[in-house]
Amino acid sequence: MAEIILDGVRKSYGKVEVIKGVDWKINDGEFVVIVGPSGCGKSTLLRMIAGLEAITQGEISIGDTVVNELEPSERNIAMVFQNYALYPHMSVYQNMAYGLKIKKIPKDEIDKRVQRAAEILELEEYLDRPPRQLSGGQRQRVAMGRAIVRQPAVFLFDEPLSNLDAKLRVQMRLEIKKLQEDLGITSVYVTHDQVEAMTLGHRLAVLNGGVVEQLGTPIEVYEKPATVFVAGFIGSPSMNLLDAELDDKGGAVTLAGGAKISLPEPLGAQGGRSVTFGVRPEHLKDIGGDANSLRLSLNVRVIEQLGADTLVHGTLGENGTELVARLEGIRAMAPGDVLDLNMAAKSIHLFDSKTGRRLG
Amino acid sequence: MLKRVHYGSSILPFLLVAPQIIITLVFFIWPASQALYQSLLLEDAFGLSTEFVWFDNFADLATNKLYYDTFRRTAFFSVSVAGIAMGFALVLAAMADRIIKGALTYRTLLIWPYAVAPVVAGALWVFMFDPTLGIFAYALNVIGVDWNHKLNGSQAMALVVMASAWKQVAYNFLFFIAAMQSIPKSLIEAAAIDGAGPVKRFFTVIFPLITPTTFFLLVVNVVYAFFDTFGIIHAVTQGGPAKATEILVYKVYNDGFVGLDLGGSAAQSVVLMIIVIALTVIQFRYIEKKVEYS
Ligand SMILES: Nc1ncnc2c1ncn2[C@@H]1O[C@H](COP(=O)(O)OP(=O)(O)OP(=O)(O)O)[C@@H](O)[C@H]1O
Ligand SMILES: [Mg+2]
Repeated sequence: MAEIILDGVRKSYGKVEVIKGVDWKINDGEFVVIVGPSGCGKSTLLRMIAGLEAITQGEISIGDTVVNELEPSERNIAMVFQNYALYPHMSVYQNMAYGLKIKKIPKDEIDKRVQRAAEILELEEYLDRPPRQLSGGQRQRVAMGRAIVRQPAVFLFDEPLSNLDAKLRVQMRLEIKKLQEDLGITSVYVTHDQVEAMTLGHRLAVLNGGVVEQLGTPIEVYEKPATVFVAGFIGSPSMNLLDAELDDKGGAVTLAGGAKISLPEPLGAQGGRSVTFGVRPEHLKDIGGDANSLRLSLNVRVIEQLGADTLVHGTLGENGTELVARLEGIRAMAPGDVLDLNMAAKSIHLFDSKTGRRLG
Repeated sequence: MLKRVHYGSSILPFLLVAPQIIITLVFFIWPASQALYQSLLLEDAFGLSTEFVWFDNFADLATNKLYYDTFRRTAFFSVSVAGIAMGFALVLAAMADRIIKGALTYRTLLIWPYAVAPVVAGALWVFMFDPTLGIFAYALNVIGVDWNHKLNGSQAMALVVMASAWKQVAYNFLFFIAAMQSIPKSLIEAAAIDGAGPVKRFFTVIFPLITPTTFFLLVVNVVYAFFDTFGIIHAVTQGGPAKATEILVYKVYNDGFVGLDLGGSAAQSVVLMIIVIALTVIQFRYIEKKVEYS
């Protein structure tokens, strides 16, 4: 039972700063997912919480204790690694019992905890096997078991599912979510998988270049991305981001191609600047729409039939900006067609071109 | 079926392997067969006549108490050299594995002794421990040890063991450090989170995982102590005083080239050959069972 508080946390390797000031409060029992591009510092941040990397500046507390100076083993955490990090020379049972033995927990208590974890994770029949005789999914579960038996205050996961095949990943994702709900242990989970990012956690942190761009519920992040980066990073296919000019009154934008779109709620004081106009592919429709809808016409270039959806790639006007629309179902169309698209006024996003921050 | 590549009747492939085959024949197969043949002969003291005696030379060895003594001495010597050389290298490697800054310098320095020729190494140790001139002999005298390896058999043994082990530490170190660095870092981190301190981690995770390397080195070190230490012993003690440091290879040399008992000496080298073949077989058998890390 613990909350995790990060206060102005920074990390530098020599002169290079990789974490540039993170302030957070993760509530007791909360599940927070960290997502971001490769090299943005996700693992580094997680490893600082774990105590595997020194903290250059700032303070990390777990529960009521500042842990900056504590060894990993004293922080009451458990970590699941991407490559599982199981001890190859020990059986599944010994792998799970190793930490408890070091803590000098009585033998029958160790046995009780390991058996219980094995039961939860359906590993009972594998307890005597060495890890090399297990499948990827089973190894993953042993790694989870090793974390559970410690009864830690905090779970840390560093891309635990990225070595599994797609189907197993879905299954393990559900298991981890359920496990976290059942145990109610505060968890931090690093991933670069879109679906894991959206579905697993109570809150989602989008990290970019060592800075937290946004921290909010997955739906908040999806519906109201705080920056252009978040807008482009969350969602697949990515949001369409177009250069545009906001007129002086903040009432309409003109896209690079010349199309003019009037805004439902004028931005008033923020008018008269270059902006980035964003709309998600799934919010562009070729049917329906009403008088309030905003309209664009798309010159179709490439069509990708996904079965459930159709991705239409094209340009605005003859050689204008590129745009992707995701239309429901299977569509009959051909490159060269001109498609009339509409979008609900509330589905558009505007960002300041200079700062990248959301407007309105 | 794999397709065969046809070279026609070209002699090129034969030419390409010829140097290796010639070297093996001239330097290994020929002397080995000579030794085998010689071990069945008895030559008189003046080298005037030889007689074919079948396995008499081996029978003599089997009943010779001095030969058994040499065997025991060699066993003691090998175990000491292997133990010290490996133990020391293991400690150094465990420490080097943990440092990051200046690791290259540290490693380079540690590898130097390996590049020193055995006889030179021997000369170095003789000089340092010379009862009248040596700096270490002097230091030992100061702390009350009366050092004279030229008279004291145990001291002579200690000296050749040290000199031989010293030369092998570098080799062992290289293998140990490579093995340690191939252990994924996350395993060590997992153990750290599990609450194991550096020493506990070493004994419960690192050491068990480098067992294949340890075993490989054990065989290599025993072979080294059996055969390659000749130069060191020759430079330091010549097997003395009173045969206190005469190990099997040195006895082969002593009996054959000094004592001129060619048949007996050849029989001893055949025994040594069998030992090294046995060690090699054990090694190959075991090395196939490799440990998987993840
Ligand atoms: N030991 C180190 N020394 C110097 N730089 C490092 C070190 N470890 C990481 N970095 C740098 O810090 C940055 C963040 O690394 P980190 O491993 O946290 O990225 P990540 O977000 O986890 O990426 P990925 O998704 O690829 O795992 C990277 O630019 C990396 O090059
Ligand atoms: Mg990472």
